Amino acid sequence: MFNYTFHWNQALKALPQMLDGALVTLQIALLSMIIGMAIAIALTLFRLSGNRLLGGFATAWVEVARNTPALFQIYMAHFGLGNFGIHLSPFVALLVGIAFNNAGYLAENFRGALKAIPETQTRAGRSLGMTSLQAFRLIVMPQMLRVAFLPATNQMVWAILMTSLGVTVGMNTDLAGVTQELNARSFRTFEFFAIAAVIYYVIAKAVTLAARVFAARMFRY
Amino acid sequence: MIEIENVRKSFGSLEVLKGINLTVAKGEVVTIIGGSGSGKSTLLTCINGLEPIDSGRIKIDGTEVHARSTDLNKLRQKVGIVFQQWNAFPHLTVLENVMLAPRKVLGLSQEKAEEIAVKQLTHVGLAEKLAVYPNRMSGGQQQRMAIARALAMSPTYMLFDEVTSALDPMLVGEVLDTLRMLASEGMTMICVTHEMKFAREVSDRVAFFHQGVMAEIAPPEQLFDAPQNAETKKFLAATH
Amino acid sequence: MFNTALSWSDLAFLAQGAGMTLAVTAVSVAAGTVLGILFGVIRFQVGPYWAAPLTFVLDVFRSVPLLIQLVLGNALQAIMKLGWAPFTTSCVVLSLYTAAYCTEIVRGGIDSVPTNTRRAARSLGMSWFQDMRYIVAPLAVRVSLPSWIGLTLGVMKDSALVLWLGLIELLRASQILVTRLQEPLFILLICGAIYFIISLPIARLGGYLEKRWSPND
Repeated sequence: MFNYTFHWNQALKALPQMLDGALVTLQIALLSMIIGMAIAIALTLFRLSGNRLLGGFATAWVEVARNTPALFQIYMAHFGLGNFGIHLSPFVALLVGIAFNNAGYLAENFRGALKAIPETQTRAGRSLGMTSLQAFRLIVMPQMLRVAFLPATNQMVWAILMTSLGVTVGMNTDLAGVTQELNARSFRTFEFFAIAAVIYYVIAKAVTLAARVFAARMFRY
Repeated sequence: MIEIENVRKSFGSLEVLKGINLTVAKGEVVTIIGGSGSGKSTLLTCINGLEPIDSGRIKIDGTEVHARSTDLNKLRQKVGIVFQQWNAFPHLTVLENVMLAPRKVLGLSQEKAEEIAVKQLTHVGLAEKLAVYPNRMSGGQQQRMAIARALAMSPTYMLFDEVTSALDPMLVGEVLDTLRMLASEGMTMICVTHEMKFAREVSDRVAFFHQGVMAEIAPPEQLFDAPQNAETKKFLAATH
Repeated sequence: MFNTALSWSDLAFLAQGAGMTLAVTAVSVAAGTVLGILFGVIRFQVGPYWAAPLTFVLDVFRSVPLLIQLVLGNALQAIMKLGWAPFTTSCVVLSLYTAAYCTEIVRGGIDSVPTNTRRAARSLGMSWFQDMRYIVAPLAVRVSLPSWIGLTLGVMKDSALVLWLGLIELLRASQILVTRLQEPLFILLICGAIYFIISLPIARLGGYLEKRWSPND
């Protein structure tokens, strides 16, 4: 049609390699979510602490994470830290960049979730003789989790998509990196990247679906 | 016995309690009536220490509520409170709502807590709703659940803060019936309410609050039929 | 500390990059919004069943990394021998990407207009188009605006990826300077600050309009 012959067979032969890359992609996304989640909890506590320094630090983190490109944040990890003599491998730089981004967005998500639980819930718990810690753990926290869950799932999908940016700092083991290497050797750009796109799509949908099933089981009210 | 001595309380520049004195004996039912902003609801939240007071004293069975040394969490087990907004815990079933505090605060076993919860829920007529989530029930049912939740801690005293005010008129009756039942069982109760008929029926004494002052307190027949205070007269005339 | 090799002409180079970022963003958001409105109205009008193919395609744009979309777009235009410049390819891909998100925003906005309000309009004898133009559009715009501002800011950030096709936008310009001057942190901080400076007025405008429009209706 376009005077171009598609070579799907050649591309499909590389499928096992690409699927290995997809595993690395998932691994980075998952790790970055775990790290991001831990940092986000800390940032949320900082913001609640009332301490100006800690609160300011958390707010600055959230603002930078949300108002600069994810690629910028990865560049910061990869090139920026070089100023301090820290030279991260592409894998670590990518992980750090995405975890930084995740932490900022998740912290904002947690804050919204916390706001969504009315003060009266804590009051009701306290009036039954619970300590403030008990009221938080038994009443506020479970409700917060439900509110925060869906946005957190979206962030996980974002994290998966963001891993593709690693290729710009020389990452060559994740799905985008593997695809780019294959492409550089064969120049069947369209075929390889089309297959990569399908794999990304399937992963994204699988994660979303799994999260929905999980949420339906977990939050039955 | 609940002893309230000269309690004062301000929110900013607004003084909502201007020296309240009231003693409620075991087994007594006292209702508090009055216009909005008269300080009646604030008094209840001060009694179980949810709100601090500026001066005066509140003692429950001899323990001073606002003393530093008082373990409020312990004290609150003795004093149940139900709010205008029932504050059901939406993530727990009806049974779990009622079991939570006995399990975690009193440290009872799962079986024991469940036994108590089922008993209290049956008591308020919700035996069929154990496995239901609160948002599937009417406001009246949720409010009765909140009452059962407070009763499950086996409190000596119960405080009711306008528990029917947020309900549809149709649902007020079932909640008032529950309160009547408790009163007839000898529970010591302080009820803030707008339901005059109910106040007349169940109370041993009725207090009228006006602008942070307890303007009048008397047995219901006297307060409703022969009020002494001018403000009480005005209020009753307006509400009848 | 301020002993830097960064010269005025380097700053001008960064500003040029920022200009490219703004140009790509402006074209893509404009085209993406027009498409988004079109798709959004179609999705709302024909119902979920008939709109399923459209919904699926738009969902693909939101579930595949933008970088992959850009590479695919570029490969496709080469295959079709369109001879597009990187700028054109970038704008086309980003426009479709923007349209995919914008469609959801538009549909949500139309959804938020109560059925009874629309019935009232139609019962006054307004045509479908008049109803859309005078009733639905003003109401839906108010509801959708905050999300649309968010989308615009998002596209501005995502536009950094067009550097992969060789466009020298803000981030790529910074990277070039980093390689030449070997002062990565300083230059990247300037780059980040410029992103902030560009974002702020847009975010402020959104906040202002939201405040002005929300209370009295």
